[in-house]
Amino acid sequence: MSGHTDMILVDENGIRIDGRTVDQHRPFKIEAGVLNNADGSAYVEIGKNKILAAVYGPRECHPKHMQNPTKAIIQCKYNMQTFSVSDRKKPGPDRRSIEISKITAEALENVVLTELYPRASIDVYIEVLQANAGTRCAGLTAASVALADAGIPMRDIIPACAAGKADNKVLLDLNKEEDNFGQADVPIAIVPSTDEIVLLQMDGNMTRDELDKAISMAMGACHELYDVQKDALKRRYAKRVVEVETDE
Amino acid sequence: MSDSVISEIRRDHILKLLGSGKRTDGRKFTDWREISVSTNCIESADGSARVKLGKTEVIAGVKIIPGTPFPDTPNEGILTTGMEFLPMAHPSFEGGPPGDDAIELARIVDRGIRESGMVDVSQLCIEPGEKVWMCFIDMYALDYDGNLFDTANLAAVMALKTATVPRVQYGLGDSDCPLPVTCFPVSVTTYKIDNTLILDPDFDEEHISSARLTVTTDDNGNFRAMQKGGSGSVTLDELNQCLDMSVAKGKEVRKIIG
Repeated sequence: MSGHTDMILVDENGIRIDGRTVDQHRPFKIEAGVLNNADGSAYVEIGKNKILAAVYGPRECHPKHMQNPTKAIIQCKYNMQTFSVSDRKKPGPDRRSIEISKITAEALENVVLTELYPRASIDVYIEVLQANAGTRCAGLTAASVALADAGIPMRDIIPACAAGKADNKVLLDLNKEEDNFGQADVPIAIVPSTDEIVLLQMDGNMTRDELDKAISMAMGACHELYDVQKDALKRRYAKRVVEVETDE
Repeated sequence: MSDSVISEIRRDHILKLLGSGKRTDGRKFTDWREISVSTNCIESADGSARVKLGKTEVIAGVKIIPGTPFPDTPNEGILTTGMEFLPMAHPSFEGGPPGDDAIELARIVDRGIRESGMVDVSQLCIEPGEKVWMCFIDMYALDYDGNLFDTANLAAVMALKTATVPRVQYGLGDSDCPLPVTCFPVSVTTYKIDNTLILDPDFDEEHISSARLTVTTDDNGNFRAMQKGGSGSVTLDELNQCLDMSVAKGKEVRKIIG
C-alpha cells in the first residue's frame, strides 16, 4: 500500500484499468461439486482468480488434543500453488497463508452448526490455482459453497468481497494493480441473512467517510455474490429440486 | 500410496473377476480409463495442464525464471519437479511437506522428462556460467482414484509441451518463445495383483496390488526411465510383458493426445 505510483488506476471518467466503473465487481463464476473424493467441493472464478475448495468431514479430529468435547472444530488450509502468481511462490505454508487459514476458519465457525458434531473436525482446503487480488475473499466464498455441498448443516452461506481505495477513489473488488499500487484494501465477509460481519481486515489509509462507503459497497457485492452461490448449489442439485417440485 | 484398507469381500471380488479375465469396471487388463486434458488453464503459469484419467485428476504448472546454473553444467538450464498429494484429493492424504510417496512420484516423472531429453536444456542458457532458465514443474493431485503416476506424468508433459519462455517479463528478449521440447515421454505403470498384470488401476485395484513397474518410453519406443515399486516382486517374464505393454500403450496415448 505505498500509494505512490505513476500508474493511473482510475481515469477522470471514473473508469478503471480493466474497464470497470468504481462500483462494479469482476465477473463471478461458481460451480459446486467439482471433485469426486471430497465430501463437498466448489470452484470459483472471480475475475482472474481461480480457486478450488474442498471439504472433508465431519470426521475424526487429528491430532486428538485438538478435539473439543462440546463442538466440532473447523480446520482450514489455504494454499497458493507455486504457479498461481507471477513470481513462482515457494511451496508450503508461510505467515500470510497461515493467517488467512485462521480467519477463514473463524468466519466459517459463525455459520456451521459445529455443536452438532462434538469432538469432530471439519476440514476445509482452499487451493489457489491462479491469483489476482482478492483470493482470501474468493477462497472463503468457495469454502462456504463446498461446506453446503458437503451437506454440513449451516445457518447461512458466507459470501466475501473486498473494497478499497486507489487514486483517492473508493473502489469495489480491487484487481491486482489496484491492490499493489492502491491506497487501501478492505476485505469483508458477511452472513447475508443478518448482515453480520464475520471477516474484516483493512490496510492502507482511509477517512471515515471512505471506509463507510467501502464497507457498504463490499456488503452490496456480497449480497450479489450470495445469489450466485445459491444458484451454484441449485444447479448442482437441480435434479433433486425438480423431483421435489413434481412431488408437491 | 496410502494406508487405506480394502475389505476382504471387495478384494475377493476383484481377484475373482481378474481370474476370469475381467475388471470391476468392465475394462480389459490393458485399457486405460478415459483421458481428458485441458492445457493452458492457468494464465499466471508459463505452461499448465489439468489431466483427468478416469476419476484421478492432477494439475501441473510450469514456471520458468532466470537463475544461476549448477557449476558442473554451466551451459544448461535447470529442471526441477515437485509433487504434492493435496489433502483435498483423498481422505487418507494429510497436509504438510511431501511424504516419501509424493517424492518418489516426482522423481519418477522427473527422470522420464530428464532422461528422454524432452526439454532441450542446452537451449536454456542465457549467459554461460552466469545465467540460465530454471524450469520448475509443480504438480498437485486434486482427486485420487489410483494411478497418480501416469496421470501426473501426462500433466507434467502436457504442461511442458505448451510452455513458453517468458523472455519479455525478465527483459531478456523482445518476444517470448516456446519452451524447446523435443519429444513426448509417456510413462505406463503396470500393477501386479496376484499373478495378473493390469494397467491404470483404480483405487481398490492399486491397493491390493503387490508390485508396480513404471516404464517411460519416448516417441521411438525406446526406454528412458523405469522404477519398480511396492513390496512384491516381478519375474523376468512379467518384466518383458510390462515393457511390451508400455511401448504399445505409450504409442496409443501419443496418438490420442499428440
